[in-house]
Amino acid sequence: MQQADLWYLSRATGVVALVLLTATTFLGVLVAGRAKSKLPSFARADAHRYISVVTVAFVAVHVVTALLDPYVNIGWAAVVTPLTSSYERAGIAIGTVGADVLLAVGISSALRTRLPARAWRAVHWAAYLCWPTAVAHALAMGPDTRFAWARCLLAACAFVVLGGIAWRMAGAVNARSARPRTELEPRRSLLAAISTGDATK
Amino acid sequence: MTVLDVRPSTTRLLYGLAGTGADLTTHLATHGPLPVPSRLRPQWQEAVLHEVESSGLTGRGGAGFPAYRKMRAARRSGPGAVLLVNAMEGEPASGKDEYLLTFAPHLVLDGAELVALAVGASTVVICVPAERRAQIADLKRALGQRLSLPYERPNCRVKALPGHYVSGEESALVSAVAGKESVPQFHPDKSVGLRLGRQPVLVHNAETLGHVALICRHGAHWFRQVGAPEAPGTSLVTISGAVRQPGILEVETGLPLGDMIAAARPVPDVQAVLVGGYGGTWVSARNLSVPFGPQSLKAVGASMGAGVLFVLARGSCGLFETEIIARYLAGEGAGQCGPCLFGLPAIADDLALIVRGQPQPRDLERLRTRCGLVAGRGACGHPDGAARLVNSALGVFQGDANYHMRFGPCPGCRLPATAPVPSRFTRKVEPA
Amino acid sequence: MRLQVDPSACDGFGFCIDLLGELLAGDEWGFPIVKQANVPPELDSYARQAVKACPRKALQLVPQRA
Repeated sequence: MQQADLWYLSRATGVVALVLLTATTFLGVLVAGRAKSKLPSFARADAHRYISVVTVAFVAVHVVTALLDPYVNIGWAAVVTPLTSSYERAGIAIGTVGADVLLAVGISSALRTRLPARAWRAVHWAAYLCWPTAVAHALAMGPDTRFAWARCLLAACAFVVLGGIAWRMAGAVNARSARPRTELEPRRSLLAAISTGDATK
Repeated sequence: MTVLDVRPSTTRLLYGLAGTGADLTTHLATHGPLPVPSRLRPQWQEAVLHEVESSGLTGRGGAGFPAYRKMRAARRSGPGAVLLVNAMEGEPASGKDEYLLTFAPHLVLDGAELVALAVGASTVVICVPAERRAQIADLKRALGQRLSLPYERPNCRVKALPGHYVSGEESALVSAVAGKESVPQFHPDKSVGLRLGRQPVLVHNAETLGHVALICRHGAHWFRQVGAPEAPGTSLVTISGAVRQPGILEVETGLPLGDMIAAARPVPDVQAVLVGGYGGTWVSARNLSVPFGPQSLKAVGASMGAGVLFVLARGSCGLFETEIIARYLAGEGAGQCGPCLFGLPAIADDLALIVRGQPQPRDLERLRTRCGLVAGRGACGHPDGAARLVNSALGVFQGDANYHMRFGPCPGCRLPATAPVPSRFTRKVEPA
Repeated sequence: MRLQVDPSACDGFGFCIDLLGELLAGDEWGFPIVKQANVPPELDSYARQAVKACPRKALQLVPQRA
């Protein structure tokens, strides 16, 4: 293997991971938003889970190849700790944060049945951070972003994810949050009404 | 304030009331001393529970189960239990608990302390809706007077809680006292008691505890001397609606509905009575001879419930009143359970179509189906109550339904709504 | 074992209805109706899958009442 191969592999897997993350996020939004479809809803949820696993795999390869690459000096600490890389400190840091969140979401989901439902949900909401950090990381790192194809790809990914989120916010299917508890007028005492003769009309 | 007097011999809880009864000395003079020894013994505790069991006292909060069962379960679960006195009274058409706590608070407090001591509960929390500020102050004063009592009392305090329709549901109450949202908890296994953190909780309606205070003074046999055998003693009911003298009435259970309503001087032509509460059952005027007791009411699909009797006059439209109540109930759910959250507004919408539009038989069918869909599928009995109300309305007001199907809104719909609900629910019916 | 839905936790995702259509059906708002609570032995593993699939842990398998 040539020296540059790891570098290209890292960049390639990074691009693929971003596309997969886009798909994962989009499907996740559809699941949470209860999008109606001819397919059973569980199929969509299952696809979301499956693609998320593949995403994690690609992110892992992306990270490892970057670390093994002798051309850039990142350091193993940067895998989980932001701002420890000597190469492109800020850009890598954004990626580290995104990967950390992805790791947390992934682990919590793997252990979902063992966690309280509320705890799992709380961590899963953080998953919304993954895609923006991935995009910011991609923009900060380059070098592929100077190519038109890369920019088009990024735009397409943004269209899909942001469109999905906009759809979800417009629909607001989440029954519990959409409905405010009735704000009672201070309840008129029936006794008071009876005493003042108001109870019969 | 009217205290309706049907038969003096059945005035027990409301005996000797003169103005506000928050004075301990007057209370002890009226009812006698509290039968609590200065030193508690297990034999005394057992005697109290035995007396409550023999009396056949059933809960007066709506469910109507034998009161001793929960007490025995609380005693078995060990010391350190918490007794919650449920005075939340979420039913807008009910005022009996508020009345009892205003005019005879020491009777309720007697009962609460007796039960707490008998089951080994160390804490008593009197739960009252937060908007009843005067009552909260009165209760605190009454508790202050009780410091002079000669026995070792449990730790008593008053807690003001948000007063929604479902706030008085047992698990919602426990949740609220625990500092969480006052919404019912899914609790299918009734043999497992509710808990406040680690401590077992016992919840009793305020009126039930008032009866305990009298049972412990006069005995189970005395208690059973009046009333229906399966739910003996007296019961407080709130009568309102098309009556000239609405108010709180203490009746022996088993008295015919018509006799009870007569004391409130109803309008000459009564069409129907809503029995139990907003989640109760409409009973046609034909059935007013039915005795107010669990078995006899069950035969007409009703139950004693929270002792609410809401009278409807002949000229009113029962479907319109039911629509108003159904819309209120739809907004009063906790918002947790899909079938209730979506089903109750759908049911109210169906009723609105039937009342205000020109319904087809299939609209009635759809309404009946939906009532069947929501019952039993919530964490509490709220959707069941709404379904029960609507089903009974479709039965009792069949004539109105037929009129609406042929001609649209009936003359009765033009009259203002009489059921006590917040004013924003009483949307007038537009002319056809 | 018996199927039970915690209605306060259920958010109407409907995965259980997809996975266990023999025992569960959906009402008009997408929430599950338990057609038959008792899980026959041949459906046991599918019932467990359905329980596992619920994002809110609202579907539960509980022992038969005595």
